[in-house]
Amino acid sequence: MNENYCDGERDSLHDSRRQFLKQSSALAAIALATPVLVRAAEKELDEKASAYFEKVPVKLEVNGVVHQLSVESRVTVLDLLREQLHLTGSKKGCDYGQCGACTVHINGKRVLSCLSLAVMQDGKKITTIEGLAKGEELHPMQEAFIKHDGFQCGYCTPGQIMSAIACVREDHANSDGEIRQYMSGNICRCGAYSNIVDAIKEVKEKGGTI
Amino acid sequence: MINFDYVRPSTSKAAIDALNKDATAQFIAGGTNLVDLMKRGVTAPQKLIDISRLPLKSIQHLGNVIRIGALALNSEVAEHELIVNKLPLLSQALNAGASPQLRNMATVGGNILQRTRCPYFYDTIMPCNKRQPGSGCGALTGYNRYHAILGTSEQCIAVHPSDMCVALAALGATVIVNTNKGERRIPFLDFHRLPGSTPERDNNLQRGELITAIEIPQNDAFSKNVHYLKIRDRASYAFALISVAAALDLNGTAINNVRLAMGGVAHKPWRLTTAENFLKGKAATIANFEQAASIAMKEAKGFGHNNFKLKLAPNAITEALKIASGLS
Repeated sequence: MNENYCDGERDSLHDSRRQFLKQSSALAAIALATPVLVRAAEKELDEKASAYFEKVPVKLEVNGVVHQLSVESRVTVLDLLREQLHLTGSKKGCDYGQCGACTVHINGKRVLSCLSLAVMQDGKKITTIEGLAKGEELHPMQEAFIKHDGFQCGYCTPGQIMSAIACVREDHANSDGEIRQYMSGNICRCGAYSNIVDAIKEVKEKGGTI
Repeated sequence: MINFDYVRPSTSKAAIDALNKDATAQFIAGGTNLVDLMKRGVTAPQKLIDISRLPLKSIQHLGNVIRIGALALNSEVAEHELIVNKLPLLSQALNAGASPQLRNMATVGGNILQRTRCPYFYDTIMPCNKRQPGSGCGALTGYNRYHAILGTSEQCIAVHPSDMCVALAALGATVIVNTNKGERRIPFLDFHRLPGSTPERDNNLQRGELITAIEIPQNDAFSKNVHYLKIRDRASYAFALISVAAALDLNGTAINNVRLAMGGVAHKPWRLTTAENFLKGKAATIANFEQAASIAMKEAKGFGHNNFKLKLAPNAITEALKIASGLS
């Protein structure tokens, strides 16, 4: 585990509200805002107006790397991963919690990153598809998906694999029916379901810690 | 999603104070419903008060009740040994809801407070008396396949989407809320409302109240012959068209006591008291189950696309009772 800052995160972390409001993006936003907001921002007095532009410091451990970040309260974990940390493995399928393509593990539990607000995860550990392989060595579930052709277009695959690992860890991979039930939060438009079940079964049967 | 102010108080009292201070603030816990609604512009709180870290997560056996903290996750409750052994109906209902990922996020309190999935409520260009009082009900003469057949009004025919709440209605739970002036206990059947002329109000929770726990009577009589039957458009991960929570207390084939509640049929979890009363003291036979089902449907009324529920609902009641009693 190491402290690691991505582009600009240290700067924005130490920005005071005044400095932040001077940044061009914020000024652009102010130009579009109502006169009341502009006046409030100029005087730096109105708490509510400033809160709208203010970023919140958030500390997250993503795939073993600690990040000190600064995010708007409305930013989801999915957008944070993809846009700020450039971890584009987690996919935005529906963005409304219906498809499972954005599945990640937060503190060891599989969750939907599109419905998780980043500010609410302060201090937590996130694992994404990028955090599974050890160097060149793929995770057993990744290997099994390749072996059994558990995908076609591949868009749902990162979410399927994150969910599949949790499915085995939760001990919900004891029969085809149970696997299907506990993988039902991950939709595959190509219909690779039967091969996904085969991949999960193989990992389950091999046993060991995954 | 428009931006909002964010606070994370460390005590229930501070959370309630923060809510009382700001009329546009809302609590957030799991966020599985609220974030969705905010993204779609259905609701737009200017401040979110994050209660997810408050110490309201424990699941305990206290005397003759089981108390579940409002922030216990749906997955934690469903798989908790106490719930699996003593309240299997609740465990079954929870596992029938949503997906494993959502159950890992959603809390018990949030599940109770989730909004309807009526497509007219979700689509902000459509009329909806629940979202915008006075704008009309798009579903009444529109696409109403998923809608209510019992307890409806001309203002709203939406259904409550929860599975968990159907089991809690059957089991006679109590919702415990904190107001900062003390505790209020609300019997589960009085918690949610029928739409009447105020469909914008889903339930009887008052502003400034925080759900802290639910309590369920621990009754061994309803821990064996139980079944939660959920019928939906796909085998898993869909809201119920019809669901039935059935619990039987059997003495041989005689029914000592019975609890029945339905989901997918009304604006609130629908307890079938008349059908329960009919079955008490009778034999657990298919003929009696069918008659109870037809009694339960006496007031039911379809709106066109959902007319199939008038047949599906009584069949589901009979089937749930058959499975619960071991006849199926």
